[in-house]
Amino acid sequence: MNRQEKQEALRLERRKYIIGGAAVVIVLVFLIRLAFLQLMSDDYKARADSNAFLQQIKFPARGAITDRKGRLLVYNQPAYDIMVVMNEQLGVDTLDLCHSLNITRDWYERRMDELRDRRKNPGFSNHTQQLFMSQLSVEEFSRFQEKLFRFPGFYIQKRSIRQYTSPIAAHILGDVGEVGPSDIENNPYYRSGDYIGKLGVERAYEDVLRGEKGVEILLRDARGRLKGHYQGGKFDRQPVPGKSLTLSIDSALQALGERLMSGKLGSIVAIEPKTGEVLCMVSAPSYDPRTLVGRQRGAQHMALQRNPLKPLLNRSILGQYPPGSTFKTSQALTFLQEGIITPQTAFPCYHGFRYRGLKVGCHAHSSPTPLVPAIGTSCNAYFCWGLYYMFANRQKFPSVQAGMTRWKDHMVRMGFGYKLGIDLPGEKRGMIPNADYYDKAYRKSWNGLTVISISIGQGEVTTTPLQIANLGATIANRGYYITPHVVKEVQDTPLDSLYTTKKYTMVDRKHYETVVAGMRKAVIDGTCRSANTPLYEVCGKTGTAQNRGHDHSVFMGFAPRENPQIAIAVYVENGGWGATFGVPIGALMMEQYIMGCLSEHSQAKAEQIANKAINYGDYAR
Amino acid sequence: MRDSRTPGILANMDWFVLILYLLMLAFGWVSVCGASYDPDLQKDLWDLSTRSGMQLVWIGTSLLLATIIMNIDERVWTTFSVAIYLGFMLLLLITPFLARDIKGSLSWIKIGPFSLQPAEFAKFATALCLGRFISKRGFSMQKKWDAIICWALILLPMALIILQKETGSALVYASFFLMLYREGMSGSILVAGISAVMYFVVGIRFADTPLPYGGIGSVGGVAVMSLITLFTLGLLRSYTDLPGRTLRRMLGGMLLLGIVAFMTGKWVWSAVSMDIVLMAGVVGLALYLIYIAARERVLRYVFISLFALFSIGAHQSANYIIKNVMQAHQRTRIYVLLGMEDDPRGAGYNVIQAKIAIGSGGLAGKGFKNGTQTKLKYVPEQDTDFIFCTVGEEEGFLGSAAVLGLFLMLILRLMVLAERQTDTLARVFGYCVLSVFLFHLFINVGMVLGLTPVIGIPLPFFSYGGSSLWGFTILLFIFLRMDAMRNRMQF
Repeated sequence: MNRQEKQEALRLERRKYIIGGAAVVIVLVFLIRLAFLQLMSDDYKARADSNAFLQQIKFPARGAITDRKGRLLVYNQPAYDIMVVMNEQLGVDTLDLCHSLNITRDWYERRMDELRDRRKNPGFSNHTQQLFMSQLSVEEFSRFQEKLFRFPGFYIQKRSIRQYTSPIAAHILGDVGEVGPSDIENNPYYRSGDYIGKLGVERAYEDVLRGEKGVEILLRDARGRLKGHYQGGKFDRQPVPGKSLTLSIDSALQALGERLMSGKLGSIVAIEPKTGEVLCMVSAPSYDPRTLVGRQRGAQHMALQRNPLKPLLNRSILGQYPPGSTFKTSQALTFLQEGIITPQTAFPCYHGFRYRGLKVGCHAHSSPTPLVPAIGTSCNAYFCWGLYYMFANRQKFPSVQAGMTRWKDHMVRMGFGYKLGIDLPGEKRGMIPNADYYDKAYRKSWNGLTVISISIGQGEVTTTPLQIANLGATIANRGYYITPHVVKEVQDTPLDSLYTTKKYTMVDRKHYETVVAGMRKAVIDGTCRSANTPLYEVCGKTGTAQNRGHDHSVFMGFAPRENPQIAIAVYVENGGWGATFGVPIGALMMEQYIMGCLSEHSQAKAEQIANKAINYGDYAR
Repeated sequence: MRDSRTPGILANMDWFVLILYLLMLAFGWVSVCGASYDPDLQKDLWDLSTRSGMQLVWIGTSLLLATIIMNIDERVWTTFSVAIYLGFMLLLLITPFLARDIKGSLSWIKIGPFSLQPAEFAKFATALCLGRFISKRGFSMQKKWDAIICWALILLPMALIILQKETGSALVYASFFLMLYREGMSGSILVAGISAVMYFVVGIRFADTPLPYGGIGSVGGVAVMSLITLFTLGLLRSYTDLPGRTLRRMLGGMLLLGIVAFMTGKWVWSAVSMDIVLMAGVVGLALYLIYIAARERVLRYVFISLFALFSIGAHQSANYIIKNVMQAHQRTRIYVLLGMEDDPRGAGYNVIQAKIAIGSGGLAGKGFKNGTQTKLKYVPEQDTDFIFCTVGEEEGFLGSAAVLGLFLMLILRLMVLAERQTDTLARVFGYCVLSVFLFHLFINVGMVLGLTPVIGIPLPFFSYGGSSLWGFTILLFIFLRMDAMRNRMQF
């Protein structure tokens, strides 16, 4: 080789760097691409899983619900859901399908569009089962099942729906419906098409009632054939059945209450004082829970929602009414405890409270009158004076604000102004004004007279029927209550300590005895005479709550006087005097609960009240 | 002839390559097991009715083949290289007549219980013949006839294999141009090849995308004409003494032409698109270069001018080939590759599932036989052309990177071995071997990763199949034998 050739050979040899460099660059590009695919995102993993794993959900049986005596209220009934997998159902004869399911082509198109719309159906996937149609009855199901082989991509999933033994207690039991988008977003447990408790204990105890879904993870190959359990079923989970609930409700009492309230608006709440167990919780008008089951649920629910009388509203805990005269008992307790009055203190009543041009009317009764007959006759003036002297007492309270604050603390400790914490969703807190509130309303220029109507349960004060029933229970207990609750027992689970702990008010037991004597007097010869019975000693207090329309008829009471078994609050909207509806309804309810049945005379009376409807013509204003 | 069992054979053999080879065989077998494992069939991995069992047979026979080759005097190959080449060309020629149609391919001949693909074995024959020709005294790629014969030696088997409807296997022979480049082929031919691919890709991808802002013409056409202009000016700058001023004028002229065409297109040339105007500009440039060539008496200008004209031709014919020559499935593959079609159930399905398989492997993979994408047959050809999916899914990034690393080491090592050959034939043969491996790696892994077109060629030592494994073994071990004997090989 000459020199030139050698140089040429050397030049060509250097080309190995270009070839080698190309190899290195290719491998580097591949490595970068691999890193992007494998390390940067879990998306591919999710897609591989969704390809290969068919998650067959095993639904647990929802817990049953019984009343306090073990009578079954809610149980499960089999129903069948039709599921669809979008990318498997291509080529299905839709006309045939619609015909077999008795649905219109329009409905089919709309439903398919809904399922694909990720805004309405956030969990949508082309590869997983989506709920196409829910809750077919057994007959519908068997008709469809015969033809199922013609509809690839459509599956049947056995579910259970709720069934109710009787038409009562709709507001307490609540209902079960398909989960909404917000449920799915808030809790990863739920998938589109799952059921969830919507109202009542179904909602409040959703976690224990529903149990835990199980899952079978099956392998599915590219042609959709199942290849058995993934890793021999190592990751499968059996469903955990829901726990059953025992309500504290007495279904006979509840049924009577609902019968008595027919044709009226309002609420009855009864509580067992020593346990805080709610014995009945009637809200009128009500509805039959059996109508909110199955496929007609949507339409029924809509109708109830549009009803101007608001049958879906649980007035017992959501209705906020002025407590009226039933509130006077709490005032008596406060004044006694604060030393404003003694049981012997008497105040004058000249057909009402008159002072510095202010007048609060009262009906005719002897004057002056001490506390016990004042409660018995429900004297407005007595409690106005009491509040006036309390707020004006500068030895005890340096300012009216301080007096107000003390008063408010008493009310709050008796269970007013805040949610009691019952185990039902949506409870309202009512309203107990405080000093700040009035400072704002009256620019700090106010005194006892300005706010005098709160002493008789009017003005700014509002309470729920539950809070009034709880006041009854507190008085029956002579100074404490246990947070009211409708669930007596959760299967194999201790009750929340909230529902076993006594909550004491700031008032001594002896003062309660005085108020009890007053309530007893109201029954013997006062406003609640019609509640008197030789069977047991009833204590009671009427209320006639003023509002924009006709007065609300209110009753609060408990019985027997010693070792009370039941405390009760009755609210009949626009029912007039407390004695008109409140007292007789309360009396019948107490009789039913304490005696276990109604006497013949009482039955006739119950029939009479049940048939008496109040005209709410202008309610829907 | 001396005894070929020279005592030095084991000592002189390159153990590094041998170990790489054995590692890849082992890794490959594991991958085939993972890919073909069917949980429904309660069969052992070495059961001969399974793919994994048969692959063991192929591996065993390959090892036997390797031992035999290491003991055959390499001069047998070199002496009879032309005869071997001609024999294989004849075999390739008659193959379509003997072969049975397997998925549209006419490349498989049935011999007893085995089906063999002659195209896999013709590689070493072609490499030998090229080596023999290039090692002749006085060979130079600069000589016209030498170059033409080299091209012909490569293009002949390509053409014969295309007749068998095995486009993928035929394309592998194009990798020998890399070897030709090492042996002195002008780099501009490689550049031209690569730019042709670019014209093709860009031109096709945007052929039907109208210009924005109301311009008349297609984005693809304008982009390709601009690329041609830039390449041409670049060549002029690197290879001629044309002053920068002239170059800038040319560039400015083209720019001006483009802007004027774009601005006035709507009114003046409403029937003529901007592509045509720019193309006319490039043709004008090319003619001007020929004028310069005639004036300056420098041939180079002619070549550069021809480059520009050929580029225009390539671009024009690419669209024509796509729309009129290619078969529907090939056209779809190209459209999918270029991202013009994204149909999860159509041709793109394979690539999407392959990406899902690899992407789902994560860092460490799902573990041996736990890959769901491959085992449940979501990935097509999961134990042959798409075997790398199994590696990605079951062994993860670490496993995939290890495989790529093994290949890179093998290719670079082969390059070192090739460069240390004193004999041209051995060097050429070595470059042929490493070019084939590089091409297979580039196309196969690139395809699985969604970077290159879906061209069905196996991944050496990993894909299931006897023909390819034997073919690669023969290529590798003939070269290893040459390398072991490099000190003796003097003609």
